Amino acid sequence: MLNEFAWMVGGQQGEGIESSGDILATVLARQGYHVYGYRVFSSRIKGGHTSYRVRASTRPVRTPNEDIHLLVAFDQETIDIEGPQVVPGGVIAADSHFKPQLPPGLSANLLDIPLTELAKESGNPLARNVVAMGATAYVLSLRLEPFHDLIRDRWGRKGEEVVAQNIQALESGYRFAEENLKGLRFEVEAGDGRSRPALLGNYLMSIGAMAAGCRVMAAYPITPASDIMEYLVRKLPQYGGVVLQMEDEIAAITTCIGAGFAGARAMTATAGPGFSLMQEALGLAATAEIPLVIVDVQRAGPSTGMPTKVEQSDLMQMIYGTHGESPRIVLAPSTMEDAFYIMFDAFNLADEYQCPVIVASDLMLGVSLQTVEDEALDLSQVEWRRGHVAGEEELAAVKAGNFERYSVTASGISPRSLPGVPKGQYLATGVEHAPTGKVTENPQNRVAQMDKRARKLSSLKGGGTRYYGAEDPELLLLSFGSTFGAVEEAREALEALGKKVGHLVLRRLWPLPADELQPYLDKAEKVLVVELNSTGQLRHLVQMHMGYQEKLHSALKYNGLPFYPREIQLRAEEVMG
Amino acid sequence: MAITVTMADYRTAEKSWWCPGCGDFGVLSALQKTLVDLQRLPHEVAIIAGIGCSGKIGNYINCYNIHTTHGRTLPVATGIKLANRDLTVIAAGGDGDGYAIGMGHFMHALRRNVDMTYLVMDNHVYGLTKGQVSPTSDAGFITSSTPQGNLEKPVRPLELALASGVGFVAQGFSGWVPQLIEILKAAIEYRGFALVNVISPCVTYNKVNTYDYYREALTKVEDIPGYDEKDRLGALKTVMEREGLVTGILYREEGPALEDLLPGFREEPIVSQDLRFRQEDLKALLEEHR
Repeated sequence: MLNEFAWMVGGQQGEGIESSGDILATVLARQGYHVYGYRVFSSRIKGGHTSYRVRASTRPVRTPNEDIHLLVAFDQETIDIEGPQVVPGGVIAADSHFKPQLPPGLSANLLDIPLTELAKESGNPLARNVVAMGATAYVLSLRLEPFHDLIRDRWGRKGEEVVAQNIQALESGYRFAEENLKGLRFEVEAGDGRSRPALLGNYLMSIGAMAAGCRVMAAYPITPASDIMEYLVRKLPQYGGVVLQMEDEIAAITTCIGAGFAGARAMTATAGPGFSLMQEALGLAATAEIPLVIVDVQRAGPSTGMPTKVEQSDLMQMIYGTHGESPRIVLAPSTMEDAFYIMFDAFNLADEYQCPVIVASDLMLGVSLQTVEDEALDLSQVEWRRGHVAGEEELAAVKAGNFERYSVTASGISPRSLPGVPKGQYLATGVEHAPTGKVTENPQNRVAQMDKRARKLSSLKGGGTRYYGAEDPELLLLSFGSTFGAVEEAREALEALGKKVGHLVLRRLWPLPADELQPYLDKAEKVLVVELNSTGQLRHLVQMHMGYQEKLHSALKYNGLPFYPREIQLRAEEVMG
Repeated sequence: MAITVTMADYRTAEKSWWCPGCGDFGVLSALQKTLVDLQRLPHEVAIIAGIGCSGKIGNYINCYNIHTTHGRTLPVATGIKLANRDLTVIAAGGDGDGYAIGMGHFMHALRRNVDMTYLVMDNHVYGLTKGQVSPTSDAGFITSSTPQGNLEKPVRPLELALASGVGFVAQGFSGWVPQLIEILKAAIEYRGFALVNVISPCVTYNKVNTYDYYREALTKVEDIPGYDEKDRLGALKTVMEREGLVTGILYREEGPALEDLLPGFREEPIVSQDLRFRQEDLKALLEEHR
């Protein structure tokens, strides 16, 4: 009996691939399975091979893997491309319509099923994916009732006839599979019966931003970040907020800088190319000390790169981008839950440290569908901290025009006044300025202001890492972002083989939490830095700031696909020798 | 007792970096006088300035000021106005800032129509970088970057604005401060995006488009018989026929600003709202994904 299984549907883009995956993921999530849904898509609207992979388990799953138990193929290309991933004894359910052929060497069982014909017979020729759901239910020993419920939820408002057609389509698919596979199916452990929400990381991050108090969002459409703008434009007005689609990313970030200057919590979301356009403004926010949150849903670069493929190659841009030297904070969520909570940290830190905070997401975390535990998202665990905002009382003693917005303090953090509050007037500027904000090129002042801004971040301590695994590891795996699930599975597999392996996840990339990293780096014999880029940016970052050159090794991937647990395990074994 | 705002409230102790005779002095004093006449409190005014000589205006006027990156005044002003709609928002910059590097934002701000005033100090030349050609420079104008004379046609901001559908288009001249004050008052009180292009001569790098030249060449629309500020086509015709050499409120049409159209946009400014979130709201949002 399986306690986890994987399913995939493939076909041409625009053929209902996404809705098929979405239906199955939702049904499974409602029955108490933990689900990870991963859509492989290309930068076009119609046509081109596309697939949707659903991995479900009775235990939490946080990553896709390479095995497929049931492959639903809407075209021959799907069998040719994805077939090799089907496990021995697995099933390929292919539409008879295209006369499917198993290429030589595939050991899977072919279910030649008239998806198109059965859909026509149901009265709804478009219900091919629902017929496939019926076959899926048979092969994975899933009950049909939850599918019935979902059909009623989805199509109920279109009337009883449409519901009846879809139920007929579903049942015909089930019956056909039953009659033709004759018991060739997987027995699967039942889910725990607890329904869980299943959503994209981009959505959960949007919800986190909204809950954290973001009320102004400005962005420019870009894959794979657009979901954030599209989600917030529908929801934020209910909470008094506003979303604007701007003319470009420069306008998006500078709108947020304006809103931040005025005292709102403002955010933009983009991917690498858009983030590159924002670089100059990043320096303005840092120098004028304006709070700002930028989400970078990283994709494969450079230039246009591969817009629909994952990569973690903007790390150096996030930390060092923009001319001159300026402070910023870079945070990286690695799980769905953290995609929610990290938005609170982002907005709180932006206000407290009066600087840009960049949230380093990536395509896998952004556009994968994952189940979350309801109680894991708990607002009693969060705070809304606004930093040092000078109110009317504090400003009462100020002589008109002399408020020291950029006063040189021991912490480097100065009181901030907000437009509309009497006596707090000042000039916010990216030009070097005196404590009042007035422009000056005085050498002593220059050094005082540069040092003040840099000093701010020295008080940022703690919460930069999370650790999993053995107390005294032989090998330490170091990761950030969406590779978390794959690295964890690799660690568990190695542990099962008797290896002592630890996993340190960087939640804050900048300022690099060296004080937290050091004890782990000292203890481990070897360190394997896992990252989705070609040059080992995180490894270089650690080496540059902390040394350890002899211990550091890289596991790199940059072909556009996510890391699979097995690949990390193999690389780890290679490094351990 | 009502507080009375005076010119002193809008002055700063800062010594000006502008050249003696710069047109921007006239613009600054007209703006200060306008805000006094309108009795706006300095802390309720936000001025968003660009890069260039004109961008220094924020140093010389006491209110909330932000000095942006080159060309980005309009999106910054948009963010400020959306965050706090109670503020009087004025974006200010030069012709290079607005019509060269910032041209993309200019065209979109015109059609976006957020309630703000955009004051462009147009001197047909780059001053702070010492005398290069600007997007509004006349054809044939000789500068350090056009030693053979400008080969490109000048940008026509008034025609662009009129064609964009924006509801307030005006032009002033820093040599005619009383008219400029009346224009600025109307622009600030206008609900929506108001463009005020101000001819503001550069006495150092532009020896062609001088005060004397403009006093001779400019016509006030009030001196044009039958001029109707509600007639967009008529305005366009006048501006084109007179090569842009007209001052006054060229076009004004009342209508909703973007803020009046945004769904759910509240009267209470965003910055005054409670930003905390309730667990019930979170639960309801997650329910949609079950």
